[in-house]
Amino acid sequence: MADLRVNFAGIQSPNPFWLASAPPTNSGYQVQRAFEAGWGGAVWKTLGEPILNVSSRFAGTHFNGQRVAGFNNIELITDRPLEENLKEIYETKKRFPNHAVIASLMVEPKQEKWHEIVKKVQAVGVDGFELNFGCPHGMAERGMGAASGQVPELVEKQTYWAKEAAEVPVIVKLTPNITDITATAYAAVQGGADAISMINTINSLAGVDIDSWKTIPNVAGKGAHGGYCGPAVKPIALNMVAECARHPELNVPISGIGGISNWQDTVEFMLMGAGCVQVCTAAMHHGFSIVEDMIDGLNNYLDGKGIAALDGLIGKSVHTYSDWGNLDLNYKVVARINNDVCINCNKCHIACEDTSHQCIDMLTAESGAAYLKVREEDCVGCNLCSIVCPVDGAIDMVEIPNGEPMTWNERQAAIKLPICHS
Amino acid sequence: MHLNRVKNKTISLDNLRMNFQEIEPDLTPKEAVEESNRCLYCYDAPCIKACPTGINIPSFIKKIASGNLKGSARVIMEANPVGASCARVCPTEELCEGACVLNHASLPIMIGNLQRHATNWAIHNNEQLFKAGEKNGKRVAVIGGGPAGLSAARELARLGYEVTIFEAKEKAGGLDTYGIVSFRLPQEISLWEVEQIEKLGVNIQTNTKVGKDIQVRELIENFDAVILAAGMSKVPMLGIDGEEAEGVFDAIEFVEGTKTPPLDQQFIGKKIVVIGAGNTAIDAATCSVRLGAENVKMVYRRTEKEMTAYEFEYEFAKQDGVEFRWLTQPKRIIADKSGKVEALECVRMELGEPDASGRRRPVPVAGSEFIIEADAIVKAIGQTRYLSLIEELGLEHNNGIVKINTKTHQTSNPKVYAAGDVIFGDGQGEAMVVTAAQQGKLTAHAIHQQFTADKVTLESV
Repeated sequence: MADLRVNFAGIQSPNPFWLASAPPTNSGYQVQRAFEAGWGGAVWKTLGEPILNVSSRFAGTHFNGQRVAGFNNIELITDRPLEENLKEIYETKKRFPNHAVIASLMVEPKQEKWHEIVKKVQAVGVDGFELNFGCPHGMAERGMGAASGQVPELVEKQTYWAKEAAEVPVIVKLTPNITDITATAYAAVQGGADAISMINTINSLAGVDIDSWKTIPNVAGKGAHGGYCGPAVKPIALNMVAECARHPELNVPISGIGGISNWQDTVEFMLMGAGCVQVCTAAMHHGFSIVEDMIDGLNNYLDGKGIAALDGLIGKSVHTYSDWGNLDLNYKVVARINNDVCINCNKCHIACEDTSHQCIDMLTAESGAAYLKVREEDCVGCNLCSIVCPVDGAIDMVEIPNGEPMTWNERQAAIKLPICHS
Repeated sequence: MHLNRVKNKTISLDNLRMNFQEIEPDLTPKEAVEESNRCLYCYDAPCIKACPTGINIPSFIKKIASGNLKGSARVIMEANPVGASCARVCPTEELCEGACVLNHASLPIMIGNLQRHATNWAIHNNEQLFKAGEKNGKRVAVIGGGPAGLSAARELARLGYEVTIFEAKEKAGGLDTYGIVSFRLPQEISLWEVEQIEKLGVNIQTNTKVGKDIQVRELIENFDAVILAAGMSKVPMLGIDGEEAEGVFDAIEFVEGTKTPPLDQQFIGKKIVVIGAGNTAIDAATCSVRLGAENVKMVYRRTEKEMTAYEFEYEFAKQDGVEFRWLTQPKRIIADKSGKVEALECVRMELGEPDASGRRRPVPVAGSEFIIEADAIVKAIGQTRYLSLIEELGLEHNNGIVKINTKTHQTSNPKVYAAGDVIFGDGQGEAMVVTAAQQGKLTAHAIHQQFTADKVTLESV
């Protein structure tokens, strides 16, 4: 059994799986059920001035018969009085002293407002704060959430105000609705953030009903942009986590959020620098019990790799993530089809023929059997065939020796070198 | 048919009609979408090549997945004018599903069931999928309103021909309407296909037997082309004593009797013996079970190995509790004093040397005669051909198998074309509904080419 405990910026948690600030962490009842199910921590649904919500609020995007490839919501922060939330936080923490309870906060960008809420919440005993600078809808129109999270100065200033009053670690949750997330991450660090978390949801319109021509979801026939999350956003989130992790001036822990649905996603985020992960959509899709396999799978994975604790995993792939200019131009892979595994669906052929480099031939053997073969000299190693291939092991991307490594940056540097006239 | 999806396996003796309802339920919309999404959408897909009518299977399946059921039904019916029937009667394991590449990775796509789902949608939504072409002034007579004749008529009507089908029975559809057991293929499915074709302006003269109600000469004189698509006739005589006894049935007629109400109550609790082991024999046996027979036996002079019924048909009969008597040759039908069947005398066989067909020839074991009690005997040993009609048309044939030019589909009389069972045999294809449909379609295209030398181009609605 690997040690799954985490110390995230000073916040202790029995495992790296936290519920993100969202509908699943709306009440003490829910958070306590989550802890019973095995979740290591929970970021309480954002506290602030209670708001009014609309009906309906959520929408799923489904893909080829699979439900919830993505998820969209227009629900706002907590709609319950602060006192009620605080009472339940107190009770929850009392019942689960070893679990991480983090309070998500959102108030107007005023110093006294931040001091006031931080002190009030701190008094009931939370393990940390997460500043919600990311909610893209509703609150943003009131100058909060993403509206302040998109302005580095506001991020820095508000983080600073929160830190002035906070005695427990402060995590800043960042919005992805920005060109370069490292800019706001840097602002958070400048403001004194103990950690950053990302991503919040992405501006989205889930769909349009092709019969009624109304938005999905719709509120009395009208829609407004929501926040997108779920499996579809994972690559976006993973990139943002990785970009922050490899940034030389961002030396704070990162809590990874965005489409994490299982232990494999968790491993990927941790390899790219996440110190813990937060989950919402997967729990909303399947309930809290999914954490059982997240823990079990992560444990078995670590055991299989001979890794005793999460320190052996966190950030271990960050050094592999770089800029395009640092990639080796001379590295070459080609596709090779294993005809004994191939089932002859010809998807690789048509994908290559129509949309890539026309190098997979449909041939007939002397026996009359059809088979596919890659003309390796024409293959650019794009991976498309292996991506569309429905059978594992039918196509291998094989490394071909191709001379000394040479990156674009090295090449450019070489070209600009003054020619030596001897 | 997917036996694991068959519901309602109990036989009701109070309400025989229940026993004849379609036994494999339609895929639910969710099942259909899930199954459709499993389809890989192969390029140059082997399922298309395995379909005698060349239905673009990945295309119709993707249309189910995308919610375009009308488009899906049209892709199916475009290639196969009796595609709703074929979805139920095709030996898909031997054709499309057998060719599915997923056989090598997981489970093949339920192509037949998806085809049924899409065509059911068209049936329930009363969709007319095709329209008649602009009239070109040519008239074609089709002898026989079965799969081949309907298929030819549908294509010709779309190409602008004025088509008249002469059908001996009360309804068109042929085997699909009368010869396939209802629990596989309800009659209304076949009749929907007939209706689709009638709506193109095809004139279907039912209860009209060519050679009796209308003379061959009239057809040849009054039409620009004639298509012979008469199919097959009755089951031949066994050539044994007692064959004329009351209670001896022709399997084709026996099945036909279950296609239209009321169902015959006389077999409830009775013992029925079916002679033969082909697909029609299985149909007769499973119909017997559904008519309430207490015991149904199939006797066959060869063994399980040589039986011609499809594997899934055999499995289905076994599930129905049908008993099999292999290496058993009927010798004599024994009737009681009133002339009613009482028993079948058989003799045991053993397999000897291979015969011309390559199958080991069964030879009787001397002195091994025995008696099987029977209240009814159903003969299912193949079908005879409409020899007199073929001769009246003056067509060259080989034991009733009409000779055609496989390119032009013309018989020895260039004005007369032939398709379907009348040309099957002697290595010319296999007698399946789907091949008959393809023959009909190709014959129509061949006629069009003959008249116009044009490439066949067809538009949908």
